[in-house]
Amino acid sequence: MSRPKYDLGREINSILATDCGSTTTKAILIEKRDGVYRLIVRGEAPTTVEKPFEDVTAGARNAIREIEELTGRQLLDEKGIITPQKGQRGVDIYLSTSSAGGGLQMMVAGVVKTMTAESAQRAALGAGAIVMDCIAVNDGRKPHQKIQRIRHLRPDMILLSGGVDGGTKKHVVEIAELIAAAEPKPRLGIGFKLPVIYAGNKDATPNIADTLGDKMDLRVVPNLRPVLEKEVLGPAREEIHNLFMEHVMAQAPGYDKLMKWTPVPIMPTPAAVGSLVEMVGRQRNITVIGVDIGGATTDVFSFFEDTFNRTVSANLGMSYSICNVLLEAGLPRIQRWLPFFISEADLRNRIRNKMIRPTTIPQTLEELLIEQAICREALALAFVHHKSLATGLKGVHRGGTMDRFMEQRTQKETLIDMLKLNLLIGSGGVLSHAPRRVQAALMMIDGFEPQGVTQLAVDSIFMMPQLGVLATVHPEASAQVFDRDCLIRLGAVVATAGQSSAKTPTEVVRVKGTLDRGETFEESVKYGEMKRIPLPEGVTAELHITPAHGFDVGAGPGHRLETKVEGGVCGLILDGRGRPLALPEDPKTRAAKLLEWFRALDVYPGGPLDRLTGKEGAN
Amino acid sequence: MAHAYTPGLKVTDYTVLRRQRRLPIQGDVLVKLGDTVRPDTVVAKTMLPGDPQTLNAANVLALLPNEVRSAMKKKEGDTVKAGEVIGMSASLFGLLKKRLVAPCDGTIERISDVSGQVTLREPPTPLELTAYINGKVAEVLPREGVVIETRGAYIQGIFGVGGEKYGPIRFRAQGPDRPLTAADIDQTCKGCVVVGGSLITGEAIRKAVEVGAHAVVAGGIIDTDLVEYLGYDIGVAITGHEDVPTTLIVTEGFGPMRMADKTYGLLKSLDGLEASVTGATQIRAGVMRPEIIVSGYQPAKAQAPAETSEGLVPGTPVRLIREPYFGRLATVVELPPELVVIETEAKVRILKARLESGEVVTVPRANVEILES
Repeated sequence: MSRPKYDLGREINSILATDCGSTTTKAILIEKRDGVYRLIVRGEAPTTVEKPFEDVTAGARNAIREIEELTGRQLLDEKGIITPQKGQRGVDIYLSTSSAGGGLQMMVAGVVKTMTAESAQRAALGAGAIVMDCIAVNDGRKPHQKIQRIRHLRPDMILLSGGVDGGTKKHVVEIAELIAAAEPKPRLGIGFKLPVIYAGNKDATPNIADTLGDKMDLRVVPNLRPVLEKEVLGPAREEIHNLFMEHVMAQAPGYDKLMKWTPVPIMPTPAAVGSLVEMVGRQRNITVIGVDIGGATTDVFSFFEDTFNRTVSANLGMSYSICNVLLEAGLPRIQRWLPFFISEADLRNRIRNKMIRPTTIPQTLEELLIEQAICREALALAFVHHKSLATGLKGVHRGGTMDRFMEQRTQKETLIDMLKLNLLIGSGGVLSHAPRRVQAALMMIDGFEPQGVTQLAVDSIFMMPQLGVLATVHPEASAQVFDRDCLIRLGAVVATAGQSSAKTPTEVVRVKGTLDRGETFEESVKYGEMKRIPLPEGVTAELHITPAHGFDVGAGPGHRLETKVEGGVCGLILDGRGRPLALPEDPKTRAAKLLEWFRALDVYPGGPLDRLTGKEGAN
Repeated sequence: MAHAYTPGLKVTDYTVLRRQRRLPIQGDVLVKLGDTVRPDTVVAKTMLPGDPQTLNAANVLALLPNEVRSAMKKKEGDTVKAGEVIGMSASLFGLLKKRLVAPCDGTIERISDVSGQVTLREPPTPLELTAYINGKVAEVLPREGVVIETRGAYIQGIFGVGGEKYGPIRFRAQGPDRPLTAADIDQTCKGCVVVGGSLITGEAIRKAVEVGAHAVVAGGIIDTDLVEYLGYDIGVAITGHEDVPTTLIVTEGFGPMRMADKTYGLLKSLDGLEASVTGATQIRAGVMRPEIIVSGYQPAKAQAPAETSEGLVPGTPVRLIREPYFGRLATVVELPPELVVIETEAKVRILKARLESGEVVTVPRANVEILES
């Protein structure tokens, strides 16, 4: 078990945690019962950072009051949260995360786009920020264009990096001069100086101070890339968190009070989720991808090769940013997931209406299918973004010719290897609240296209943020609740990498399974088919997976793989559609294929689906 | 959650409104507490720092960065004119001369010994902030702006594009369910806020721009017409900064949408009165909806300003805001407390509502919007 970041020096038996989101504040109560920490109850209420309340604690109190009503316990008094617990009154600790008011918005800058600027981007993203722009000497823009951009943005802070320690100072000072010339203003607080964190060549620090010291609130931390071969993100991330508390939180309505309720700093929501994903990966020694698809943004987290990465696609979401999914993916890519005809104008109007009335929910199956089609494309776009940033360090030279050749190869490659992915976790309303869990499973499979054998899970009620901040105080409690109450195990998917052009589909994979309770099964799928094998939660199965020639399930093309999987509510899904996933071009054939998959996996209710697809053909 | 419904858009013939007018950077406030202002009254002004230009002087003069300062003919703080030689270097015993020329008027802000860059700041540009609405100065924010208070009619739209405008209302709707066509718009609409019925058609937008209408208001708009008007597709629900000649406001949504009777009736009674409007919409982090404000309007029988909504109760008038009844108006009949399984198999809180046709339908509570007064 990892050590807590904050040691309270006392026993904790009850924990109250809130996540103050853009629209909703969610509270959970955790208690130790029979030696194990469990989720007891949750409550939620609208977030109140806007008018007429303009006090985040009002929403937090409302959410906590729901918990009081459900448990019959008093947790609040006029001063705030009652701590520590005495009898049935109060809790031992209160914690919170926040993304209200637009979260943490940053601009980052570095010298070389794919080196120091990318390291700065990783530092900011890992700290839970939305990166509004990334400025670099070689980003293709002219100096005046960069200055215009910097002036136009109103970030909460800037992270500036560049150069290795002892290297050339000129370029990083050039970037600092651009920032000084632009004189950007902070998003909050008209009279305040914008905080700038300098994490570049230490020899250039006096020059940076000379350039920015008067105009900005300059903070200096150790270099992100002291040498090319090393990336040190910790100190910059710490400083981002400090500034988040000092500037962003301190100026958001009511946060001064909320900060006094909790003994540990309020964490940005994505940073909390990220720390939890990383913890899961490290503790279980597995590769993990997590996704949180919200109304405005989609966050992707990964833990591969002992490296944690997070990206946020700031304008890919299911409500406020839903039209941006339409814009980036294009209408045909959304239509391709629909097994019925809908005119372009109708579909576009519906997507716009969801944007302007974001709190509505699908009432008909047709509307549900449209939302889930958009979700698939949002996930796919966010994942492409993530893979492009989750890479090894670039600019590293390793001597010999063969090494250089290898380095050039790996520089272009992402750390993400889908054949090696062990666990894919989904979160966010469209996944967590899908009426059938298998819908969430299929959206994730279609959006991420896992290959080989991958376990699937969803966050039951979106409590990963609270468990992330809890992990900084009590990793054991966090891990226990995550395992027992947060994760809904969907099961596993076996998907073959490779494609076939054969006119008549042939078998692509055969799976023989032995359950831990002794039963056996054998199943196979042809190219383009999907099947679902019951494998309940709590049951594990030893699998012998034999792919066809040219297809890979993780042991190499055509090679047999032996592995163990855990069951879940969706069981074991066999996906013989190949990778990369290619849907039939012809609309009628595609619609028939979609229906075949939906029926094979029992994704949607049969009656409404038949009525819906009995309409006038496909797109 | 206690309130799992969407608060509706405000449509009222009489209310008290306050609008904050704030400079982007500190400056001078030009009005006093209690002053009467018009939409075009300048209430505050400031000088926006000019755009900076960075000149790679070391490259141009073929010098090392730390040699640039001594080659400059102007020092930090000096003003320069466009075309003026501000630095010079010589090589080959003075035979080859290189000159650094100012690309614009401005002030030398910085000469960097490390990067060899010279920063030239263009002259500042004045920014004047207007009152936007008719009213009185209710609060002065020293060096930052003012708060204007007004009384009158107020209508929120659901979505809009384009910035702040003002002008008299020209009511050109042929009915709440009839689209606004190009034939409904003529030269008398110049400088006006034109009101249509269920839809702003693409041709009506073009005609409104042609005659110089300041704004158009209607129930709905076809998405592709909006894209054509803007010249691009909107990705995120943050608008108001578009560089368009005519502000557009829709009161109901995308597609042909019958304008709510109350909105329609009120706009009709405001025909000819001066309105301040903005298309600015932000559906995140502080919801902002487009608005139409008619200051000084005195209805024959003023409504008592509703402080807070009572929430959903039987008899509450609502608008259904999602398919399959999108855009329909109804009255709440029943609010069953238990969760109900709907067609998607989701278990949700629902309500039963009577449509204007008399039919009673079941809808998720999340899919209705209270028609606020």
